[in-house]
Amino acid sequence: MKTVEEIRKDFPILQVKVNGRPLVYLDSAASSQKPQQVLNAYCRFCESRYSNVHRGVHTLGENATSDYEAARQTVATFVNAPSTKGIIFTRGTTESINLVAQAYGRKFIKHGQAILLTPLEHHANLVPWQLVAKAVGAELRFWPLASDGSLDMEAGRKLLDSHVAMVAFTHVSNVLGTITPVREIVEMSHRVGAKVLVDGAQAAPHMAVDLTDLGADFYAFSGHKMLGPTGIGVLWGKPEVLDDMDPYMTGGEMIREVWLDHATWNDLPYKFEAGTPPITEAVSLAAAIRYLDDVSMQWIESHDRMLSSLAYEKLMQEPGVTVYGPSGERGGLVTFNVEGIHPHDVAALLDREGVAIRAGHHCAQPLMRWLGVQATARASFYLYNTAEEIDELVSAIRMAKKVLQLV
Amino acid sequence: MFDLYSEILLDHYRLPRNKGRLEHPTVSVEGVNPLCGDDLTFDLEFEGDVLRKVRFIGKGCAISMASASMLTEMLEGKTTAEIEHWIQNFKEFIREGEAPDGVDMGDLTALSGISKLPVRVKCATLPWTTIEEGLQRYRGT
Repeated sequence: MKTVEEIRKDFPILQVKVNGRPLVYLDSAASSQKPQQVLNAYCRFCESRYSNVHRGVHTLGENATSDYEAARQTVATFVNAPSTKGIIFTRGTTESINLVAQAYGRKFIKHGQAILLTPLEHHANLVPWQLVAKAVGAELRFWPLASDGSLDMEAGRKLLDSHVAMVAFTHVSNVLGTITPVREIVEMSHRVGAKVLVDGAQAAPHMAVDLTDLGADFYAFSGHKMLGPTGIGVLWGKPEVLDDMDPYMTGGEMIREVWLDHATWNDLPYKFEAGTPPITEAVSLAAAIRYLDDVSMQWIESHDRMLSSLAYEKLMQEPGVTVYGPSGERGGLVTFNVEGIHPHDVAALLDREGVAIRAGHHCAQPLMRWLGVQATARASFYLYNTAEEIDELVSAIRMAKKVLQLV
Repeated sequence: MFDLYSEILLDHYRLPRNKGRLEHPTVSVEGVNPLCGDDLTFDLEFEGDVLRKVRFIGKGCAISMASASMLTEMLEGKTTAEIEHWIQNFKEFIREGEAPDGVDMGDLTALSGISKLPVRVKCATLPWTTIEEGLQRYRGT
């Protein structure tokens, strides 16, 4: 079992100094850093096994294909998917959700039906549905929030009637840290005949996700938030649902036979992987998953929650600081504002102390409106963060107040 | 290292000049930065070719609010041609990180290092692009 100190040694970037201070990286919800093991996997694959996949019959083509397909198996095992058939490699969560919105939504959601979302959604799980609703003439409904930013289950139940064709919501809010009761919502939705898509971008990196147990029809997540590279993401879909959908993008690889005037589709998952896929990225994502497994998702989950509740408590005690989101069970992040300092200035002033946080609307403008703020600051945690870094965060906030002469 | 939060800038942020609204503005113009939600409104009162009064309200970070405050001090009493010239000067200043030859940027010098901070350039320029739109609207009327 690795200690945090040992984990930190695996991440070369944690040695970097920012403005002369040791880096305190508290922005993993935006994108995580990568351990040496993932960087090595990326380089070694390029150095000795790289080629295009599913085409060449030469040795490198076979090596690359077997590594790429092994990566698919690694992902399937990681999220306990029933088979690799439903594991589609995409560029990221955003592309995964767009794929479902376009390839499922436009074909199967009918005029007069409804799409049920929540105000917690990141723009990537909101705007694609706005377009689908407009295109097919469906209604958008929103699951109300309770005052602490959790889903109001009773109010949601009332919206979930037989008109609802799709329920799409986040597993963990990237702003409030709210963890939604996925299994319960899946059961409620399936009872009225609706399909369910879960945005797992903030969940898959931080907790053990069991797709067989959750039972959603679609589940989306990204590689770069879980120690992997950018440009790789996953869409899990139930094979029987994916089978009925038409391709999202068309071109090479996704076809079976092509004539001049028509074509037939390849089997799953290739039907949804047009063109040359992100090969090196998939292989590196598998290395990231091996790293996460080695540390263990159970450890990561409790470590992130420990940091999150520590930060929540310390920031709550800090004069002039407002903390948002549920106080109980929450994801590994804390969103806050400092009275009298715009979040952009908070982030810039923290940066002077070497502390990297996110500031802005976090691509969740409707949620900012719900909170009644223009923007917020957010500190997010991962396996390489320590309790001491929370103290650094607090003292950097005190420094920011001093600079703006608020204290 | 360039200090974004200099005394001059913080002074404009804490005590913004010309903050408020005008009762009978010739032109009112709003500027929004959709990336961060910063939001500014300028009221402009022209007398012929001269900008007699300028007032602003807004919500935003120290950089955008200080830049707006400095802008009002710089442009009040100037002709439309002079204002246009100053907008060009400012754009060059932010792009290059130094004032155009022979131009005294006054308090705006406090923004000289912004050119190296791409994410904050939009904060500094928002008031200026907003005022540019106000000027175009005035000329159009």
